[in-house]
Amino acid sequence: MSAVLEVTNIKKNFGGISAVDGVSFNVREGEILGLIGPNGCGKSTLFNCILGQLTPSSGEVKLDGKVVTALRPAELNKLGVSRTFQLLQVFPKLSVRENLILAGQEHQGSMASRLVGRSDAGLTGAADQMIGFFKLDHLANEPAGGLSYGQQKLLDAAMAFMGGPRLVLLDEPAGGINPSMLSDLKERLVAINREKNATFVVIEHNMEFVMSLCSRVMVMAEGKVLAMGRPDEVRKNSAVIEAYLGH
Amino acid sequence: MTGFAKPLKIALGLVVIAGLIVIPTNFNRYGLFILSQWAVMTIAAMGLNLTLGYAGQVSLAQGAFVGIGAYAAAIMTTHGWPLPAAIVVAIALSFAVGWVLGYPALRVQHHYLAFVTLAFSTLAFLVFRNESWLTGGIYGISNIPRPHIFGLATNKPLPFYYVCLGSLAIVSLAVWWLIRSPWGRAFMALRENPLRAQSLGIDTRRYTLMAFAIGSALGGVAGALYAPLTQYIDPVPFNLSLSLDLLMMVIVGGAGFFLGPFLGAMIAVLLPEWLRFTEGYYLMLYAVAVMLLLIWSPTGILGILDRYLAERRTKTASALRAVAKSRLETVQ
Repeated sequence: MSAVLEVTNIKKNFGGISAVDGVSFNVREGEILGLIGPNGCGKSTLFNCILGQLTPSSGEVKLDGKVVTALRPAELNKLGVSRTFQLLQVFPKLSVRENLILAGQEHQGSMASRLVGRSDAGLTGAADQMIGFFKLDHLANEPAGGLSYGQQKLLDAAMAFMGGPRLVLLDEPAGGINPSMLSDLKERLVAINREKNATFVVIEHNMEFVMSLCSRVMVMAEGKVLAMGRPDEVRKNSAVIEAYLGH
Repeated sequence: MTGFAKPLKIALGLVVIAGLIVIPTNFNRYGLFILSQWAVMTIAAMGLNLTLGYAGQVSLAQGAFVGIGAYAAAIMTTHGWPLPAAIVVAIALSFAVGWVLGYPALRVQHHYLAFVTLAFSTLAFLVFRNESWLTGGIYGISNIPRPHIFGLATNKPLPFYYVCLGSLAIVSLAVWWLIRSPWGRAFMALRENPLRAQSLGIDTRRYTLMAFAIGSALGGVAGALYAPLTQYIDPVPFNLSLSLDLLMMVIVGGAGFFLGPFLGAMIAVLLPEWLRFTEGYYLMLYAVAVMLLLIWSPTGILGILDRYLAERRTKTASALRAVAKSRLETVQ
C-alpha cells in the first residue's frame, strides 16, 4: 500500500516552546491511524501544521508524494483532505441539509458556475444520502444549532465527508457523545473507510474507541513520537504506560 | 421569513409593488423626490448588507462608493455619455476599488477593519473636494441631465422615480439570486465561522474580496442614480455621515435579512420627513426612536419578526417531538 500522507520532521515552535518537535510518520492508503497522547502533547498542533492552519517552523508534508507544506486549508481541501475540529464547528443557523450542501459546494464546478447555477449546487440528493447514512433523517430541515451535542458531532463528521475526501483528519470525534451514538459513529466511519477506501487519522482520548477502530496507533508525548504500532503492541509498550500513568 | 404561507408572501409582495407604482402618481414633486431617494439609498444599503450583513465584513466606506458612482455618472453624463454607460462605468470602478479595499479585511477584522474603511472614506472625500479639475471641487457639478429611456425623457419627477424604482427592482432580483446561490451560503459561512469555512474548501480570501467588491459596486449603482436625481452634486453628501447613515439603515432594518435595507432606508429617509411637524424636535425624536428600537431589538426590525417565527417553530417542533415520543412509548 502506498503512503497517502508523508510527514517528515515537522517542528512547530511557539516562542521558546516547541509544541511539535520533529515528528515524522506515514499514513497508508485506506488505513485508520489513531493518534493518542496526554493533553498538550502537540496532537492538535500537528494536525494544524499538516492542514495548513499553522505554518510549521520546519519540516515537510507530502500528499500522494507531492509537497503541500505551504498550501492554505481551502486548497488542501480541494486536493481531497478534510477535517473535523476538536470543538464543534457546525453552522448553527443553517439547517442540517444546508450545512451539508455548504460542506460540498466548493467541490462542484467553478466559482462562476456556482453563481449562475442551481442554488443547491446540485447537492440536495447527496446531502440527503449523507443525512440518511448518519441517521439524521428527521432533522434534515432543523437549524443545526437546535440539535443535541451528539447529533451536532455526527453532523460535523458528516460534513467532513461531503467533498468525497481521500484523507480525513478527525480531532476527537468521540468527545461528549453518548455510548450508543458513539457506536453509530464508529460503524459509519468503518463503513466509509471500507466502501470508499478513505484514509483516516483520528485524535482521540477514548482508548476503547481508538483501539477498536484503528489499524495502527501513534503515541505522542511532549511534541515527539513515543511509539507507533498495532493497538495491542502500543497497549503493552512500557514507555506509553509511563507517559500516561507516570512513575 | 419562513413560516408564512408562500402564496400569502407573494400576494403581499405584489400589493407592495403595485402600491409603489400606483400611489406615487398623486405625489407632488417633493414626495416623489423623497421616494426616489428611498429607492436609491435602498440600493446602497443592500450593497452594505451584502458586505456586512451576509459576509460579516464591517465597512464604514459605503458612502464613499455612492460618491464614486455619483461623480462617475455626473462627469460622464455632463460630457454627453448616456446614463446606462455611466452606470456600467460606476459599477466597474466601484467594484475595482471595493476589491482593493477588501485586502485589509484579509488581515484585520471588526473595529480595526472599521477604522481602515473609515480612513478610506475620508480619503475619498478629500479627492472629491480637492481634485477640482475632475470633480469641480467645492463648487461641485451642476446641470446633471436625466436620461432618455427608450426615447422617453425622464426629466419630470414621476418618470425619474420609475427609473429609480426599476433599478431597485433589478438590483433586488440580482441580490436575491446571489444570496440564494452557493455564493450567498459561502458569504454566511465567512461571517459565522471562517476557520471551518476554509476547511470545507471555501476560498475565504476570494469570497471576502468578492463581498467587498459586489457590495461596493451596488454603492456605485446608487451613486450613479443619485447624481441625476439631485442634478447637482458636491462633496458634502458623500462624507462619513452618509456611510454612517447607510450603516444605520442596515442595522435598523436587520443586518443579514434580505428585506432589512428596504425597511432601514424607509426609516432613515422617510421618518425624519414624517416627524417634521414637530419642527425643531424632529431630529431628536428620530434619534430617540432609533435608540429605543435598537435597545428593544439589537437585530433590527426584521430581527423581531425572526425571533417570533423562531419561537413558533420551536414550539411546533417540541410538540411534534412529544407526539413522536408518546407514539414510541405506546409501541414499546
